Amino acid sequence: MPSGPVRHNQGMSTTVAPGEVQVEQPRGADDLRYDRPWIVIVWNDPINLMSYVTLVFQKLFGYSKAKATQLMLQVHNEGKAVVSSGTREKAEHDVLRLHAHGLWATMRQD
Amino acid sequence: MRLPAEEQTLLRGLANELRTELDAVPDDPSLHRLFPPAYDDERDEQAYRELAAAELLDSRRRSLDVLARTVGQERLDAGEADAWLRALNDLRLALGTRLDVQEDTFLEGIDPDHPSASGLAVYAYLSWLQEQLVEAVSPGA
Repeated sequence: MPSGPVRHNQGMSTTVAPGEVQVEQPRGADDLRYDRPWIVIVWNDPINLMSYVTLVFQKLFGYSKAKATQLMLQVHNEGKAVVSSGTREKAEHDVLRLHAHGLWATMRQD
Repeated sequence: MRLPAEEQTLLRGLANELRTELDAVPDDPSLHRLFPPAYDDERDEQAYRELAAAELLDSRRRSLDVLARTVGQERLDAGEADAWLRALNDLRLALGTRLDVQEDTFLEGIDPDHPSASGLAVYAYLSWLQEQLVEAVSPGA
């Protein structure tokens, strides 16, 4: 988890713990932070219907019914599931759409 | 879809009521579940909120308006059905939060002597209706 927000135009390097990310070639710390994808997590709640959550996963992410159902069951049984990942912008867009559909979604850098 | 007149009245009333609350007291604790946090980090969350709050509020108002307006229609187009699903879900989130609904709340039916029996009955009706609608619009495999 990063300690602060990503600065897209920041020249100076920020905090990435040594050994946290391993790459072949030396690069700036910002590059490393860029490379780590953001993940979108949906959390279990007692109100959203299982069928509705499955439908939302199909509709927003184009997942098959089988994949959407499997993710919904993971949310239901394990309390949460990672439903999408990508750039910070994509993750925030996905979280916003999930929030618009009433799902309890958060995002963090992987 | 042919909802009895009393159900139409109930749905229209609930939609208008939540619409009014979103306008008047969007920060009310019972509505927090409609606007969950996206980030752990406080500064990130504040930035998200500035970006998302108006958009989320606007889309919620629009879907509630569609529900209130089309509640007597026999057919819904795809956009209307989508608005219904989101509006019914928002009504359940707001009411369910107020009633403190948990996973096991309805396992043994509704006790008619429960102080919130009528609210729980409305919640159960909304759940049933949303389930029917999900089934009607869900794509296959």
